[in-house]
Amino acid sequence: MAARYDRAITVFSPDGHLFQVEYAQEAVKKGSTAVGIRGLDIVVLGVERKSVAKLQEERTVRKICALDDHVCMAFAGLTADARIIINRARVECQSHKLTVEDPVTVEYITRYIASLKQRYTQSNGRRPFGISALIVGFDDDGSPRLYQTDPSGTYHSWKANVIGRNAKTVREFLEKNYTEEAIATDKEAIKLAIRALLEVVQSGGKNIELAIIRRNQPLQIFSAKDIESQVAEIEKEKEESEKKKKKSI
Amino acid sequence: MAAGLTYRAVRGHAPILPSPKMALASLLPPELPVNRPGFFGLAGRCELQAPGLRPAPGPPALAPPAWGLPAAGDAGIELLHGTTTLAFKFQGGVVVAADSRATAGSYVASQTVQKVIEINPYLLGTMAGGAADCSFWERLLARQCRIYQLRNKERISVAAASKLLANMVYQYKGLGLHMGTMICGWDKRGPGLYYVDSEGNRLSGTAFSVGSGSVYAYGVLDRGYAPAMPAEEAYDLARRAIYQATYRDAYSGGQVNLYHVQRDGWVRVSTDDVAQLHAQYRGDPQGDGAA
Repeated sequence: MAARYDRAITVFSPDGHLFQVEYAQEAVKKGSTAVGIRGLDIVVLGVERKSVAKLQEERTVRKICALDDHVCMAFAGLTADARIIINRARVECQSHKLTVEDPVTVEYITRYIASLKQRYTQSNGRRPFGISALIVGFDDDGSPRLYQTDPSGTYHSWKANVIGRNAKTVREFLEKNYTEEAIATDKEAIKLAIRALLEVVQSGGKNIELAIIRRNQPLQIFSAKDIESQVAEIEKEKEESEKKKKKSI
Repeated sequence: MAAGLTYRAVRGHAPILPSPKMALASLLPPELPVNRPGFFGLAGRCELQAPGLRPAPGPPALAPPAWGLPAAGDAGIELLHGTTTLAFKFQGGVVVAADSRATAGSYVASQTVQKVIEINPYLLGTMAGGAADCSFWERLLARQCRIYQLRNKERISVAAASKLLANMVYQYKGLGLHMGTMICGWDKRGPGLYYVDSEGNRLSGTAFSVGSGSVYAYGVLDRGYAPAMPAEEAYDLARRAIYQATYRDAYSGGQVNLYHVQRDGWVRVSTDDVAQLHAQYRGDPQGDGAA
């Protein structure tokens, strides 16, 4: 049945599916994992970096991009599609500053990206964008925000979320471990993001990219060394907690 | 303000319409009906004249009728640049005052014009220039402000509202709009006051006066202004400034309409007939309450 209703985006199936949108969501599930955590004074984005080929120049971050001084996003899915969306969002951030004389709120730019995605699910000759985005930042009033969009054009606010490969596993980890203590300080929130990624990333710290935004500060991308030191700390904590468990047994 | 309108040569191009690439482009008005050829019923051509008297205008555009617009002095078009409006910020918000006379040449067409336009419960606009231009565009602005509020779940800022208005009229620059307005409100940045006109100016300031009587009003306003003055003093100052303008400017008069924009919105303070103010001030020529 799907075969007859999945060619064109502008065609519903009899049971109410837009198959092209669902296939786009499948493309997202193949992308590398991205996790976002909303702390109290910090927002954290972590992505799994696929190992680069030997001859390829290792670029630092391709998947976490600043949209403005106070907003940034990570995505999972087709990199080329993401580039288009990021460009349009960057222009919209400045356009908004020009006409309204205020920086965008995270919700506004999320709504813009979501409307853009929705438009592509309702025009002919185009296919939906094959990405889900995690958009983080701080609003003018200082509140931290994390939003997630998907190819259908819906968006929701989250305390912590993950998209891409193995999203289910990591989300279960987050649901168990996202507690008030876990995000009590900036350091703890960063560690939570790394621990979440370590669940599914193969070779540890080498394949993790991390970026944070603190209130009233620009996007800060962690160097490989910083990530390694965080990972080492996490490993140590893990060992210590296991030792304790053994002792108590 | 220009003393009168002169016939303008037709420009061959249509106004620049809002492009979908502009922020909040969905809020800006799409093709307004005034922009379609034939809106005046003549597509810019006048069949009543003998042919050959005037060359036919170029491609249809927002063109004045081919026989030319009447000069401002003729009855028919009432223009309000004969007016006095003022607004100033102080510790208690923004005080807005205007006279209420409309003239067509030396004929006083009305003494009871409402020149302070209530855009919404927390934004006021003043009217100077073409009455139709001011009220039409400020009503359109009210619509955009409401849509903004519904979409973004918060009130539009005064800066953004004045920017929307300025961008709207800028698209018609050079096509004969005549409007000088002050957008007054109180948003999360505090009291806000912007002067916007059809030339494309948009200025933020502490005090503005617009209209033919503005020179007289500025004299009084600048003399008595202090940012920390209490509300009653601010009302008196505004009333006095408009009164003095109506005293000397033939094109201002009628009543003084006084508004006060406070944190939660504006209130209409008073409407005073200028003749009564004259009797009142006669015992108080210095204006400092000494008598």
